[in-house]
Amino acid sequence: MNRLEILKTYKLYINGKFPRSESGRYYTPEGADGKALGNICQSSRKDLRESVRAARSALGTWAPRAAFNRSQILYRIGEMLEGRRAQFETELKRQGSSAASASKEVENAIDLAVYYAGWCDKYQQVFSAVNPVSTSHFNFSVYEPVGVVAAIAPEQSALAGLLGTILPIIAGGNTCITLASNSKPLSAITLAEVLATSDLPGGVVNILTGDRKELLPVFATHMDINALVASDLSTTRVAELKQASTHNLKRIVIHQSDLSKQEDPYVILKTQEIKTTWHPIETSIAGGGKY
Amino acid sequence: MAKSSTTFRYDYAQSPPVDQVGIAERAARFTTRSIKTSTKREGLNMVLNMIDLTTLEGADTPRKVQQLCYKAGHLHDAIPGLPHTAAVCVYPPFVKVARKALGNRSPIKIASVATGFPSGHLTLEGKREETKRAVGDGADEVDMVISRGRFLSGDYDYVFDEIAAIKEACGKARLKVILETGELATLDNVRRASDIAIHAGADFIKTSTGKISSAATIPVTLVMLLAIRDYHFKSGNMVGMKPAGGISKSKLALHYLVMVKETLGPEWLSNEWFRFGASSLANDVLMQIAKIESGGAYQSPCYFSQD
Amino acid sequence: MKKNTNWEYAPAPEAAKIAKIAKRYDHFINGKWTPSQSGKTFRTINPATGRKLSEVADGNDADVDAAVKAARAAYEGLWGKMSGRERGKYIYRIARLMQERAREFSIIETLDGGKPIRESRDIDVPLAANHFFYTAGWADKLEYAFPNRNPSALGVAGQIIPWNFPLLMAAWKIAPALATGNTVVLKPAETTPLTALKLAEIIADSGLPEGVVNIVTGAGTTGAAIVNHPDVNKVAFTGSTSVGKFIQQTIANTDKRVTLELGGKAANIILEDAAIDQAVEGIVNGIYFNQGHVCCAGSRLFIQESVYEEVIWKLKSRMRTLVVGDPLDKNTDIGAINSKEQLKTIQKYIQLGQEQGGDMYQPTCKLPSAGNWCPPTLFTHVTQSSVIAQEEIFGPVLAAQSFRTVPEVISKANNTPYGLSAGVWCDKGARLFQLTTQLDAGVVWGNTFNQFDPASPFGGFKESGFGREGGLHGLAAYLEM
Repeated sequence: MNRLEILKTYKLYINGKFPRSESGRYYTPEGADGKALGNICQSSRKDLRESVRAARSALGTWAPRAAFNRSQILYRIGEMLEGRRAQFETELKRQGSSAASASKEVENAIDLAVYYAGWCDKYQQVFSAVNPVSTSHFNFSVYEPVGVVAAIAPEQSALAGLLGTILPIIAGGNTCITLASNSKPLSAITLAEVLATSDLPGGVVNILTGDRKELLPVFATHMDINALVASDLSTTRVAELKQASTHNLKRIVIHQSDLSKQEDPYVILKTQEIKTTWHPIETSIAGGGKY
Repeated sequence: MAKSSTTFRYDYAQSPPVDQVGIAERAARFTTRSIKTSTKREGLNMVLNMIDLTTLEGADTPRKVQQLCYKAGHLHDAIPGLPHTAAVCVYPPFVKVARKALGNRSPIKIASVATGFPSGHLTLEGKREETKRAVGDGADEVDMVISRGRFLSGDYDYVFDEIAAIKEACGKARLKVILETGELATLDNVRRASDIAIHAGADFIKTSTGKISSAATIPVTLVMLLAIRDYHFKSGNMVGMKPAGGISKSKLALHYLVMVKETLGPEWLSNEWFRFGASSLANDVLMQIAKIESGGAYQSPCYFSQD
Repeated sequence: MKKNTNWEYAPAPEAAKIAKIAKRYDHFINGKWTPSQSGKTFRTINPATGRKLSEVADGNDADVDAAVKAARAAYEGLWGKMSGRERGKYIYRIARLMQERAREFSIIETLDGGKPIRESRDIDVPLAANHFFYTAGWADKLEYAFPNRNPSALGVAGQIIPWNFPLLMAAWKIAPALATGNTVVLKPAETTPLTALKLAEIIADSGLPEGVVNIVTGAGTTGAAIVNHPDVNKVAFTGSTSVGKFIQQTIANTDKRVTLELGGKAANIILEDAAIDQAVEGIVNGIYFNQGHVCCAGSRLFIQESVYEEVIWKLKSRMRTLVVGDPLDKNTDIGAINSKEQLKTIQKYIQLGQEQGGDMYQPTCKLPSAGNWCPPTLFTHVTQSSVIAQEEIFGPVLAAQSFRTVPEVISKANNTPYGLSAGVWCDKGARLFQLTTQLDAGVVWGNTFNQFDPASPFGGFKESGFGREGGLHGLAAYLEM
């Protein structure tokens, strides 16, 4: 007799743990074969609130962490992805990809991790500035993470697009709450397992599954989210988001291009603030100096 | 009994840090004050009355000192009612000459540099001896130099004790302590040296000998005024200030008065508490006064005596 | 010994008559002085005397439309096709012309806005000219500013500026827009339109092609017309956070790019090892500069408990030396409050501060009878939950609190929706950088405060807005990349 396969329970990823939705709700998206992909958690506003708490708390250790160390962790994500190629490919196929495109997407995803791993400790060097002010001050502008970021993953590119959304955010020291593709949630859920085993501290990336229409307004109005990143949203949806997010002047980043293809350090800068610091430089009075 | 570092210890670490750029910014603000009309006229009179008219040359002679003493009391007789200078400032061997020239009841003080001026490289015994002799010869005030070498090598106790010993040797004469700020390298050092001098008994602290290129500046003087101010706040005692060297123009002198007024208050605006050590400042002030008195005509130096 | 004298400063007024102010100013549209289509005007007043300085055109939708059309035509025409090098030369010219007429600009800035002549002469006008000069050089070097990009202009920039630094803000807006190849419709604040209009004279003199810079005067509705105009590609606003949020909402359903420089409630933190006398100077410069009408003003003072008393006595003593009065007097440190409305707002907060248990200190000073005045004001014993410690007052009112430890003060300082600027006074480098890196603010001054430079990017975190102005980073706000 054939062995009975163990089925996976799909859960959320919040604060490094895998809870079910506190609401007990679920939905059952259909796979390519017409069968349900599984019972997927339909996150509630309270799940979102918990994720923001986790992300805010994780920010305290993730943002000040050495950029070199963040780089190693992102590279480790790549290593873990590589080890699970087969699983990701299977799931992508279940979600409708051809074998060839599934394989390509996984490779693409792994390469993105390696690419952004390298930027962690380099974008600051490339884009920061020492500003030659006229007074006797040392003046420099550096990038700092904007803080807690809502990352709305693209609906179609379930793995590479998701990583293209998340990686530039965390490479820059932010923490995030990501809302996975609604119709293709499996890749995100498996990615959570990769992240959990990649030395990435709990809470840095939190992954929710569920209904966009229900959750987007909650993201937009949440006063403790500093920025919101999204792609492939309709113009009306973007306008609603922008309008609803003015309460705390959330930074809204709407990507026009396909994030799975976007290897670009300027994307990191979109969830960064520029901080300019001034400090006096003294002049000695010895040797006939002025003072 | 002299204060000494063994019986009275000043905690040198208490001297606060000084931010040179911040000091320079504040200093620049004083120079943007616009001093006009009656304020200017009063200010110029005050400046004249605060000058220690100085001759400190190797080539000084009794006649030169006599001339200086006469000038101190007769700055420009063509303009009636001008004040005399606060003092004349000379090398110790000329104190007797000055006393004779000014007489015993002159309101003009006699200040004598002492303690191996300007280098300060003399034995402590020699310094005390020189000080006592100058006072005995009739000096009202003694302008001593500190041992900058000792200061820079961190021997603050030595510097303190030396000042205290000279203060004792001064008797009733008032002691001005020259820090020679141009050799102290940093404003933090200027502040620390000011604190040491004040606590060791200085009646005045003074910037410079005038013998090296970086002499009195507004920022350096500001640091010293702030030391005086903190001491006054804590102890209630006033200490005088004397910038010396490099102040030869009226406008600059008025900026010093602005600084004194805004830092220490108008109580310090008299020659009891503020002096200018200068040789050519007086004539520039006189030219300014003459310009005002003449209704605005610019003046020529050849109408003002150069002694 | 001679008796002391107080030696008060005699009046030293700058000669107002060298400033040429016309009886009436029209809009500057397409290189021509153009009256309002409605025929309406409004008065601009000298806040130090309450007297009228000039009549200024009140812009409506039609005026704004004409200005945007002119800007669009200039963008599609000569300006859009011009090389960066040539654009840069025009901007250099504007800088030079401004330097040549600096004294006149200073006087008008002081007459129209009430700020001390010392500040307009030594800070506002030279900084504005320098901003043009600095930015001009970028016009033909944009590809070096953003490596691996091929930046291009956005089109027509609609710019709305406040009344606290009328000329300087015009420079901050116009210079980068031009250097990056955009054209401009700018609206100065209704209480301070004159220097922007004088700038239009310079722009005309510089030979800048018609329509590249258009200046439309008016109040909020004129500004709204600019924001809402469908042919504006970019909105740049400096002003209050509430208006900034409103703008963001208004244009949410458009592709318009936006930068907002909004309010602030900056913490100025004095640690016990600081150079106290210089810190006190920084406190004064932080809050009493420009009557406290400064978005990055250090309006929240945090003093470590061990030096609290010393800082307060030195601060009060310094406050007594501040000269309040005639802005044209060269010795004035604190001039007139910009408008009656603003004075009322400030007075309301002063009242609240007292009601909520703060100890108020104001030095005695002789205030002129006419005009809008507020002496420098210090509140001690303020708590985090006092309104005056939370809301932006935009006046010479300082709220002082004490703290014990560095973590405590970091959390208190960041405990605000704003994030524009902050100041730290500390002699120990390692500690200083702990604070500067942890404070949520776009500009952090270590052992200094309220320093500005064309090369230094300015702008805030959180509700203080987004985007930067100045420096290399300020160019990005006007470029498509």
